[in-house]
Amino acid sequence: MATVVVGCARDIVEECGVARFVFTDFPLGNPCGMPGDAAMQSAILGIALDLLGRAWMPRTTVQTPYLWPGDEWRDAFMRVDDSNREALARAGEERRKLQTKLKKS
Amino acid sequence: MDQLIAYRLFVSYIDRSRDYYGAQGYKKPYAWPRYDKVPFTPLAKPLAEARIGLVTTAGLPKPADPMQAMMYRRELYAQPSVPPPSELFTDDLFWDKQATHTKDVDSFLPLNRLAEYARQGRIGSASPRFYGVPTDYSQARTIDLYGPQILQWCREDHVDAVVLFAL
Repeated sequence: MATVVVGCARDIVEECGVARFVFTDFPLGNPCGMPGDAAMQSAILGIALDLLGRAWMPRTTVQTPYLWPGDEWRDAFMRVDDSNREALARAGEERRKLQTKLKKS
Repeated sequence: MDQLIAYRLFVSYIDRSRDYYGAQGYKKPYAWPRYDKVPFTPLAKPLAEARIGLVTTAGLPKPADPMQAMMYRRELYAQPSVPPPSELFTDDLFWDKQATHTKDVDSFLPLNRLAEYARQGRIGSASPRFYGVPTDYSQARTIDLYGPQILQWCREDHVDAVVLFAL
C-alpha cells in the first residue's frame, strides 16, 4: 500500500524512516494546516497526494512553505528551566506514587 | 536571507521529551524506533483513479454521559467518512495546547478537503471510512495489531493509498 505521513515532528518521523513525509513547521496539533484555513488545508493535502505519485524512493521528505505566526512556541513547548524544574520533579513523584497505588489496588 | 541562526530552528521532540520526562524523574528515556531499511510501495495507478484513505491518531468523541466518559478507552476504529465528524477526542494527546487548538477537524484530519478533491476529479474517490489508531508506547502493539488491522480495513474498502496524519 502506498503511504504518506503528514506531520509536524520532523525528527521523530525522519529518524524512524517512512516512505514519504510531508512536513509543516508548525506546533504539534494541526498537521494539515491552520484551523479555519481551508485553502491551506487543501494545499497541504494536495502536496501529500502529489507526493504519493511522484516520490520514487523511501525517506522522501517535502516541507510545505507555511510559517506559523511567531516563534515563541518553539521554546515554550515542554520547556524545562529553573522556573519549573522543582514543580516537574514533584509532579513526576506524585504520578509514580499514584501509579504504584493503582497497581496495588 | 531572512535570518542568521546559530542553532537548529526545528524543534527536536526526541530531545525535548527526553529532557522533560527526565526532569520528572524518569531516568530511562523512551527509545524511539529507527529503521535502516524503509519499505516503499509505488502508487499502482494514476491519482485520478485511486481511492484514498485517511488515518488519524485522534480518538472518537468521548460519550456525553459522565459514567460512560469515565470508562472511555482509546481504541482502534474505522468510521464512516460521510458525514465527516465535527469533533474528535484529542485531549489525551501531547500536542501544543498553548499554541493552538483542534476544534477544526480538517486541520488534522482533512475529510472535507479530501471529499472536495474527489468531486473535482483530482483523486478517483475517497474511502467510505476513515481509520483511527491509538498512539501507544507499545511498538509491538502498533506493528503487530494496529497496522495489520488498518491494512485489512483498507483492503475491504478497496483503498489504493493512505495518508496518515499524526497529531
